[in-house]
Amino acid sequence: MSMKRKTNLSATLALLPTWLVAAVVFIGTMAWSINLSFTNSTIFPSSSYVGLAQYAKLFSSVKWLASLHNVLIFGVLYVGGCLLLGFLLAAALDRKIRFESAFRTIFLYPYAMSFVVTGLIWQWMLNPTLGIQASVRSLGWESFVLDWVVNRDVAIYALVLAGVWQGAGLVMVIALAGMRGIEAEQWKAARIDGIPVWRIYVSIILPQLGPALAAAGMLLAMGVIKTYDIVVAMTNGGPGNATEVPAKFIMDNLFGRQNLGLATAGATVLVLGVIMIVAPFRYAMHMRSKAKGAC
Amino acid sequence: MARLQPNGPKPTQITAGRIGLYVFLLVAVLFFSLPLYTMVVTSLKTMDEIRLGQIFSLPSKLDFSAWATAWSGACMGTVCVGIRSGFWNSVLITVPSVALSVFVGAVNGYALSLWRPRGAKVLFGLLMAGGLIPYQIFLYPMVRAMATIGLYNSLAGIILVHVIFGLPLVTLLFRNYFVSVPEELCKAARVDGAGFWRIFFEIMLPIAVPMVVVVSMLQFTGIWNDFLLGLVFAGRDNLPMTVQLNNIVNTTMGERTYNVNMAATILTALVPLAIYFLSGRWFVRGIAAGAVKG
Repeated sequence: MSMKRKTNLSATLALLPTWLVAAVVFIGTMAWSINLSFTNSTIFPSSSYVGLAQYAKLFSSVKWLASLHNVLIFGVLYVGGCLLLGFLLAAALDRKIRFESAFRTIFLYPYAMSFVVTGLIWQWMLNPTLGIQASVRSLGWESFVLDWVVNRDVAIYALVLAGVWQGAGLVMVIALAGMRGIEAEQWKAARIDGIPVWRIYVSIILPQLGPALAAAGMLLAMGVIKTYDIVVAMTNGGPGNATEVPAKFIMDNLFGRQNLGLATAGATVLVLGVIMIVAPFRYAMHMRSKAKGAC
Repeated sequence: MARLQPNGPKPTQITAGRIGLYVFLLVAVLFFSLPLYTMVVTSLKTMDEIRLGQIFSLPSKLDFSAWATAWSGACMGTVCVGIRSGFWNSVLITVPSVALSVFVGAVNGYALSLWRPRGAKVLFGLLMAGGLIPYQIFLYPMVRAMATIGLYNSLAGIILVHVIFGLPLVTLLFRNYFVSVPEELCKAARVDGAGFWRIFFEIMLPIAVPMVVVVSMLQFTGIWNDFLLGLVFAGRDNLPMTVQLNNIVNTTMGERTYNVNMAATILTALVPLAIYFLSGRWFVRGIAAGAVKG
């Protein structure tokens, strides 16, 4: 047996646990869940197949439709808000600002905290009787209203606010790194042509940050689909169904209401959602694997 | 990450634009720091003071009793033992999970990038796909599988789950790191007769120390902040701090003790915040490395 063969065997053996995880967990359990979504399982898995009945039931459920609607609104505003605020912060910090690293630290710290923490902080800030609303009213602005957490029509925006507060710093870091990678010559040339600074950012810098911002946007979008902790902590889906989200609907049916079939159908829809987000992105960024010799 | 070098013209005099810039930044600073400030001042007030509805006012005197209650006396339903046990649970869950997942991920990244045995591409593709998929699709079968091997609702079980779900990201980061290592280094060691493991422990791991630090911090904050997996797999005796915090705040009967809630919230955020403030640069590096995937 040659040396090369022996060491390659070691490499294969070293990867064995990961192969096991990939096969059993990532493929096996997913296949099991998807399979369950075609059965009439409730508390226990059953093997009587009902075709797409669970999906029909899912899409006639008011709670599920509300959660899709909510996650869509939340997703667009959260990703858009993070990208916009993050880009603006990065552009501002790119202008030779004093105390830049202090600013950076302040804008990014929420990202280090748990979504549960973020949810609870904002639940408190937006508390209608004791929070910001009460403080502003006591300053003399009696009609000031900031009751987002308890108001059915705007509760979803409270989640967006908390989400953007947590996520904008991430976009700022990525955008700032991209801006620092752009050559100074481009700046010089543009300034000589007399183009105003804001135009340079919009027409010259922004297009070059495209890939980096797209990556950040995808990262945030993946987070949107998984949105769960922040909702549980901040509003628990209420008032009514105003902040229900798909991930929570699935968890409730999986462990609370014991509707296995319905929950796995919901989870399968989520997976399809991820594929819809990732596929175009992957296609556009088509992975260029570097050709490289082996050891 | 590239060295951060400011570009753009040097400001010469104070213009309206510069003032506008600083105003914007200061408003942003207020937006980002007010919640943290509010948390801290609320945790130091008495309930009587909180009922006045002055969320931004400073406490009349420093009262740390809410902190003591949050740590060792706050109630989850009918059990009143504070968030202390959750803290230690989180430590017991996080430390082994990080150590194991970083080790396995480093070996994976090294094997995938420098040895590339048969099927390496397929495995990597599977891992990356697995890392993108929402946990909900794995949960029920995972619970059943863990119960079958007797690890459901146990410390070992939740650690295993964290290692499994951490593999995609950790493997990716190490693979991207080892891809940039010149293969001549590896080849030279082979000529000297070193094998797979010896090259890993004596050459590659020492080279990768910065990456080990970055990935460990990323994993530490990620696992410490996890809520969903802890809720499902840890079991009542091992609930992590995040789950206990939510139980303390959102399942109270009667009047909410906001000062205790905020103290408990700060305590839960304390470890990740300490990591972040003490090693901001490394943390940022990890985020940047994790964000620019593929």
